[in-house]
Amino acid sequence: MAISAPLLFELGAILVILTVLGSAARRFGLSPIPLYLLTGLFLGTGGVAPVPAATDFVATGASIGVVLLLLTLGLEFSIGEFSESLRRHLPSAGVDLVLNSIPGAIAGWLLGLDVVGIVAMAGITYISSSGVIARLLGDLDRLGNRETPAVLSVLVLEDFAMAAYLPVLTVLASGGTLVQAAVWTAVALGALGLAFLVSLRWGDHVGRALGHREDEQLLLRILGLTLIVAAVAEHLHASAAVGAFLVGLTLTGATADRARTVLTPLRDLFAAVFFVAIGLAVDPVDLLPMLPFALGLAAVTAVTKIISGAYAARREGAARRGQLRAGTALIARGEFSLVIIGLATASVGGTLGAVATPYVFILAIVGPVLARFAK
Amino acid sequence: MDVKETLLPGVGLRYEFSNSDGDRISVIADRKGDFEVFLCTTPADPDKARRLFRLTDREAEALAQILGAPRIVESYADLTKEIPGLDAGQVEVGDHSPYAGHPLGDAKARTRTGASIVAIVRDEQVLASPGPAEVLQAHDVLVVIGTADGIAAVRHLIDQG
Repeated sequence: MAISAPLLFELGAILVILTVLGSAARRFGLSPIPLYLLTGLFLGTGGVAPVPAATDFVATGASIGVVLLLLTLGLEFSIGEFSESLRRHLPSAGVDLVLNSIPGAIAGWLLGLDVVGIVAMAGITYISSSGVIARLLGDLDRLGNRETPAVLSVLVLEDFAMAAYLPVLTVLASGGTLVQAAVWTAVALGALGLAFLVSLRWGDHVGRALGHREDEQLLLRILGLTLIVAAVAEHLHASAAVGAFLVGLTLTGATADRARTVLTPLRDLFAAVFFVAIGLAVDPVDLLPMLPFALGLAAVTAVTKIISGAYAARREGAARRGQLRAGTALIARGEFSLVIIGLATASVGGTLGAVATPYVFILAIVGPVLARFAK
Repeated sequence: MDVKETLLPGVGLRYEFSNSDGDRISVIADRKGDFEVFLCTTPADPDKARRLFRLTDREAEALAQILGAPRIVESYADLTKEIPGLDAGQVEVGDHSPYAGHPLGDAKARTRTGASIVAIVRDEQVLASPGPAEVLQAHDVLVVIGTADGIAAVRHLIDQG
């Protein structure tokens, strides 16, 4: 086995840069994700320092990062939370969907993108970043506020909407027709229902089958199973991400808790690699002319998020200031939008990444800042 | 007094109520088992809650003991989770119960049902491991450990004899 010194060095250097930037971001209470994107942007093609030896690892790591992000997301949620959120907040989720996906779709159309591009842009502007916002609410000590359940429920429903959306995108991106996309979305939704049923009825059995006293064995089992399911899902054009999400949903109880503990460090590493990979894929030269457009889109969709968030909070009974807090909290876009970029770029081309990456970057920074000011 | 329970997806459960002074108190029980207590006092911003303090599982237990709330059933519930088939339950001794005013031993609960009465909660007091001579009073809450059927049988027994 030959150890490649350049690979180790470049990878190590990337991680060191990520933590230097990430720690600085945390000091100011900001999300490190934009800085991870920036790192990817400055390295790689057209950047300051290309990293030829590490590129393969970053590309592979990015796929694993997507799988782990969705797996841990599925582990976070339970059917109880989903049905409760659905029951109380469905209208808010509907308003959120309509108000926030339409600007993206229009933007895609204005840019001259094809159907895949328009669908991708709609998804990118629609989904707020659960990771950044949940963290933000904790940092800002807002978990006790009246508007918070509305914000969290909207995030849950958005994440589940992704389970229906991603197959559509994946099918379209691989050249399928809208009819095929509809079929596979129906399949994915069916699988979602099945995952819920299994977790409800046989959750204990699944937990016992997959569980193991040793963390090492638990890790290997769950990760192995998830990667296989994700591969099958991807092969069936239902999207690897949805497959991983379903595995996470199916696990409940003590096994899920332990799985979360064991997987979180891996997820942190590979998610960071994924964000770098997104940045790597974008050429700074393509990016600059797109900046004004990205800024405009960011401004429009920040406003639409404030409106839809305020509406959700109003339904919870919050007053004006609570509504504003809820609206600004939801502005941040992040990991899911980047996942969409990752999935769609191969089919749509560089324009998508050149517009959407700075868009996510802007909102991942501006979102928490505005939320902080809306005291 | 109305305790409102709200789900915070991904975080835990939030319980809130208003005290007689008009302060809105909320407690978030997060998934890890910790508790955070919030207070809403700003009339200008009724939705905003100020976090007062955070308690770990054990600290919450200590506070609950001081405040007099019997958490004994929850502790047993955790125990019974480890043992399949074993359950914990509460059985109230009603006014009309044939065993109100009689010693616990008269009920012969364990002989008849297989379930064990491991504690009696009376007002704010917890009598752990009561002997057969312990006299039951109306409105006592018996903490019962056994199978689900056993607990139901104790309920029936205490209710009707």
